[in-house]
Amino acid sequence: MNAPFEYLLRLGDDRIILGHRLSEWCGHAPILEEDIALANIALDLIGQASLLLGLAGKIEGQGRDGDALAYLRDAVEFRNALLLELPKGDFAVTIVRQLFFSVFALLQAEALERSSDQELAGIAAKAVKEFRYHVRHSADWVLKLGGGTTESQNRAQRAVDDLWRYTGELFLADDVDRAAAASGFGVDPSTLENAWSETVRDVLARAGLTIPDVSYMQRGGRTGRHTEHLGHLLGEMQILARSHPGASW
Amino acid sequence: MTPNKPETNTEDPARIAGFEARIAAGETIEPKDWMPERYRRQLVRMMSQHAHSEVVGMLPEGNWITRAPTLRRKMSLLAKVQDEAGHGLYIYCGTETLGVDRHELIQQLLNGTAKYSSIFNYPTLSWADIGAIGWLVDGAAIVNQTMLAKASYGPYARAMVRICKEENFHKRQGYEIMATLSAGTPAQKRMAQDALDRWWWPSLMMFGPHDTDSPNSDELLRWGVKRKSNDELRQRFINLTVAQAKAIDLVIPDPQLAFDEKTQNWLIGPIDWDEFWRVVRGNGPCNQERLAARRQAHDDGEWVRVAAAAYAAKQARAESTSEAA
Ligand SMILES: [Fe+2]
Ligand SMILES: [Fe+2]
Repeated sequence: MNAPFEYLLRLGDDRIILGHRLSEWCGHAPILEEDIALANIALDLIGQASLLLGLAGKIEGQGRDGDALAYLRDAVEFRNALLLELPKGDFAVTIVRQLFFSVFALLQAEALERSSDQELAGIAAKAVKEFRYHVRHSADWVLKLGGGTTESQNRAQRAVDDLWRYTGELFLADDVDRAAAASGFGVDPSTLENAWSETVRDVLARAGLTIPDVSYMQRGGRTGRHTEHLGHLLGEMQILARSHPGASW
Repeated sequence: MTPNKPETNTEDPARIAGFEARIAAGETIEPKDWMPERYRRQLVRMMSQHAHSEVVGMLPEGNWITRAPTLRRKMSLLAKVQDEAGHGLYIYCGTETLGVDRHELIQQLLNGTAKYSSIFNYPTLSWADIGAIGWLVDGAAIVNQTMLAKASYGPYARAMVRICKEENFHKRQGYEIMATLSAGTPAQKRMAQDALDRWWWPSLMMFGPHDTDSPNSDELLRWGVKRKSNDELRQRFINLTVAQAKAIDLVIPDPQLAFDEKTQNWLIGPIDWDEFWRVVRGNGPCNQERLAARRQAHDDGEWVRVAAAAYAAKQARAESTSEAA
């Protein structure tokens, strides 16, 4: 097992898949300012993914670059958490998911700034600044939706109810995470859960939203056991690159 | 509500003459200055059409964001479409200096009474269309906007200066996509030529009807809102673009294209004005889809905008009670 490579795929895939979902809003957002903001966040995530997958390819040493990893792997080879591949849903789903992920990703990036790998530490340092904005943007909107109208409150609550059972996977650690953490390359995600929980619970409470009881946290993305949604997403994302093998763009 | 709107019946000829003298002297008109009601209305019309075009223009290009063939191309395209949203926002804000608010203008777009550039009523069928749009559509926009950057109305002119910088970047990016495709595999080369074949004539139509058939042109020229005629701008664009097509080994789809030694201009065959008017009147290939997509986004977003307004109102109330306490 090449733990750093596997570990970087998880980081990169989380970002490319969520970036894709956010980019679906471009031209269709509720207000022009949000077309801009969501595109901005998508750009940050895809930019990070490009660097992380590029680094993964370099570490793997098989001649695959970031594009080969993004465009030429099948769904079972993707390592993103399930939360990130779910359809964009309404604006409430998009925003609540963004809060859940951004708080996680900020904590993760802050820890990765101390990675033993200089390149990863550098990517993380830049990402920290970006995720601070993502957290602020999504938390602001969660407060607006929770405190806005009955309809927005209901929609936000439904989004929390639907998405909560996908949050546990973010903090599950397996041998890949433990090996990456032990070598100083990565961070064990289970160590981030308390801080995440504190922040997210605080935002939801201030927005008047409650956390549902869930008996089981969905999982599988880190080992390639995805939802049915990912295949469709990749079908769209990869079609052009795969239709012209060997072409450069 | 509309502080800059002068009472129309007070427009005495002397005042208008003074206004036109200022423009003739090359002065810039600012929001606080007196202006004839027709000047104000022409500007609102032009600026809102421009803003709508930026926003509707996000749709054909946005169509390829999720399918862009590399991560780098995906990021550039996403950034470009985001820029266009920014242009739209910026110009809508510019119209507010003329006493019209953005929501009013958006309503006019959605109910079909406002116009936007017809070019965006054509479909993007292949990745090469993203290259062709950047190269030709942003390219044509630059020729137009470079002229508008000298417009007599200050806020519009300044917006154009800023926007033009980004459009230049878009154009380079689009041309680079076309160059790459043209030098690529046979399938990529065909894709590039096909895109040029489909976008060439519509991009020439972006400059509007011939000067002899352009109802607003005289007045706009006299008031310095426009500085050059439709045909002059179109010719300028053709001269720039013919050489660029040759440089990347693509063929302009016009058998009558010929260089005129005397004027140093590239002369083109006849433009299909029937097609132009058909698209303007709502029967282009994508007129219905584009408006439907804007309406859908607007309707789907209604609850979000209402929630944001309700939240802001609650916050304001909470603040005023805490100040009172
Ligand atoms: Fe633009
Ligand atoms: Fe542009």
